[in-house]
Amino acid sequence: MTDLDTFCARSRAWLEANCPAEMRQPIRSEADICWGGRNWKFQSDAQRRWLEVMAERGWTVPDWPTEYGGGGLSADETRILKEELRRIGARPPLTSFGISMLGPALLKFGSAEQKSHYLPQIARGEIRWCQGYSEPGAGSDLAGLQTKAEDKGDHWLINGQKVWTSYADKADWIFCLVRTSVKSKQGGISFLLFDMETPGVSTKPILLISGSSPFCETFFDDVKVPKDQIVGDVNTGWDVAKYLLGHEREMIAGMGLGVSGSSVTLGPVVKPADPLLRAEIAAFDVDALAFAAMSERFAAMWKAGEAHPASPSMMKYAGTELNKRRNELTMAAGGSDALEWDSERSRGGSAARTWLRSKGNSIEGGTSEIQLNIVAKHILGLPGA
Amino acid sequence: MTLTDDQKMLQQTAASFLAEEGSIAKQLRHWRGINCSDGFGHGLWKQFAELGLTAICIPESHGGLGLGATEAAIVLEEIGRNLTPSPFLGTSVVAARAIENTEYADRWYPRILSGEAVLALAVDEGPRHAPEETALEAKRQGNGFVLKGAKQFVVQGGSADMIVTAARTAGSPGETEGLTLFAVPKGATGLEIESTSLVDSSKAARLSFHNVELDADAVIGDVDGGLRPLKRALAAGNSGAAAELVGVAAGASARTLDYLRQRKQFGKLIGEFQALQHRAAHLHVEIEIARAATFKAAKLLDISDEGADLHVSVAKAKAAEVASLAVREGVQMHGGIGMTDEHDIGLFMKREVVLGELFGGLYYHRNNVAKLSGY
Repeated sequence: MTDLDTFCARSRAWLEANCPAEMRQPIRSEADICWGGRNWKFQSDAQRRWLEVMAERGWTVPDWPTEYGGGGLSADETRILKEELRRIGARPPLTSFGISMLGPALLKFGSAEQKSHYLPQIARGEIRWCQGYSEPGAGSDLAGLQTKAEDKGDHWLINGQKVWTSYADKADWIFCLVRTSVKSKQGGISFLLFDMETPGVSTKPILLISGSSPFCETFFDDVKVPKDQIVGDVNTGWDVAKYLLGHEREMIAGMGLGVSGSSVTLGPVVKPADPLLRAEIAAFDVDALAFAAMSERFAAMWKAGEAHPASPSMMKYAGTELNKRRNELTMAAGGSDALEWDSERSRGGSAARTWLRSKGNSIEGGTSEIQLNIVAKHILGLPGA
Repeated sequence: MTLTDDQKMLQQTAASFLAEEGSIAKQLRHWRGINCSDGFGHGLWKQFAELGLTAICIPESHGGLGLGATEAAIVLEEIGRNLTPSPFLGTSVVAARAIENTEYADRWYPRILSGEAVLALAVDEGPRHAPEETALEAKRQGNGFVLKGAKQFVVQGGSADMIVTAARTAGSPGETEGLTLFAVPKGATGLEIESTSLVDSSKAARLSFHNVELDADAVIGDVDGGLRPLKRALAAGNSGAAAELVGVAAGASARTLDYLRQRKQFGKLIGEFQALQHRAAHLHVEIEIARAATFKAAKLLDISDEGADLHVSVAKAKAAEVASLAVREGVQMHGGIGMTDEHDIGLFMKREVVLGELFGGLYYHRNNVAKLSGY
């Protein structure tokens, strides 16, 4: 047996013994997702236990170094662990922007103190993070952001407003882009971390067309932030932001593969009787399987160091457009059943709400149009792009 | 799913060989210009052999390289990029797979390796690919068979030294059982070959079998057991055609991008217009998706994965769809010059439509994906 075989056998046995049966059920609603944080109410004992045992082993973030609460696994071991988790249909023990976005950015840009302070908290799900990027006047033109951070000697003083802050009303801390200089657009941005309970921070949920409020408006009114809570140097926040956006785009692109635990293809699930709908769904399934192939190929190329740095933009564009199509077809296949908004029969209007929510996929994290701009400029090198 | 060092080396060899020797000017336009009856050059086919490219799908036991669909795809992408006419797909991929593990391998592999033989596959009997609808009748007579019926879209059938022919020895059209593959030699008595020029200047034949008498040993493999080798050959063919389509798409796209970078209107390079940038970027993403699907299918074929058939149809459908988009965008973005025979972009459009239909078009393969997925 190779080392990897041994790892696989041991992981399998450990997961078999430690993953509660309830945590092997498919995710049916938002409440089934464990976000962690200071105010997290566990849905069940099983959800709590699953997070605790996995965090104890460093497997909420299996590929992070052990000194920061990770599992210290190699790329191959991480892949095997993910396969084993998928094999038993295990839910992720912890879902968080700390894991998927801030963590990778801190590992690359954070100071030694910041890494040993923040990363273990993220790994254990103790602090729930939100992302303060967009502003009312800075959407696609993100670098035009105006939220001001003034250097007051022993602290930064923050004034301004963010919008589309995911789960700001539930988050403990924020990673936030602020303007520290007006001399340069991209070169006047800094990346700050601060507690959402700091005086002067307030949030207001935004009700979406899907009927839920995953996003907030977030207001900063004379918010004092300690000087050491800046990541990277002053005015270099755009580099951190761009790096982090790559991770966000990969995450959103994953929507193209369907929700975790479900089928990538649609036809085997809905079994369309109408021949014209069947044809549309077959065309979709071809695209979904082909997109999954690109996802695998790019992942392999990233590992081999052969991927184009702008490839997350390709994934994000294709994956989100695909997910919107998936939901259009789910609605068409569901007929009038899919129109119900709050009945138990429709699991609280799940189809309609998911369909409406999917429209945001090609807007959040950089619109499809912005992704196409990036491909045109950084991959195709078209003039003036 | 990245390429190995050997595969990268093969890619470099194929890319420089085909860009140089297989270019549109040297091959496609040359043979089209003199109205060559083969539609390709035998000299170039010999060069394929000298470089070892004809050996890719031939087992090592027969002096080949014993490689697979992935290596064939690498070469075919370059063939597509340069629109190089050659017997590579039909002879050294499809026919080689059809006769694998039969006595015909001993007979034909040496001549495939040396670049002397051209082989063809005759399946289609109507304008749409439908192998299970095979009606061409092979009736037992004495020690052999008599073949009666017709075939069409037999690629390079007029140039072929031997035509692998799917015939019905049992059952009726629509049934997958009862098919048998026959080796029909060039010049067989009663075989009428009408070689036609297709839209892309390639050649395909319509065959009429007027009671063609064949010995029992003309059977490739087993009587009534033709489905397996036929499916194997078609899978290799579709995987290969998908790769060639990816090459056609990439070649058309590269030329279009060049044009966007040099053509000026309204005092600007037209590549500066966002309306065109977004279409070019969308096309680029689609080509990457098609390439990934194609190499995944090839890999699954190479490891005999049970999902290979599904993914071959995914690859062929996706590559055909994307290559079609690439050539349509190519002609449109070139404007008037794209409509001229003098400009190469139109040649990509012509090649795409033929390759897209070969071994089943977009709708055939989408339907196949649905069927294999259980709906």
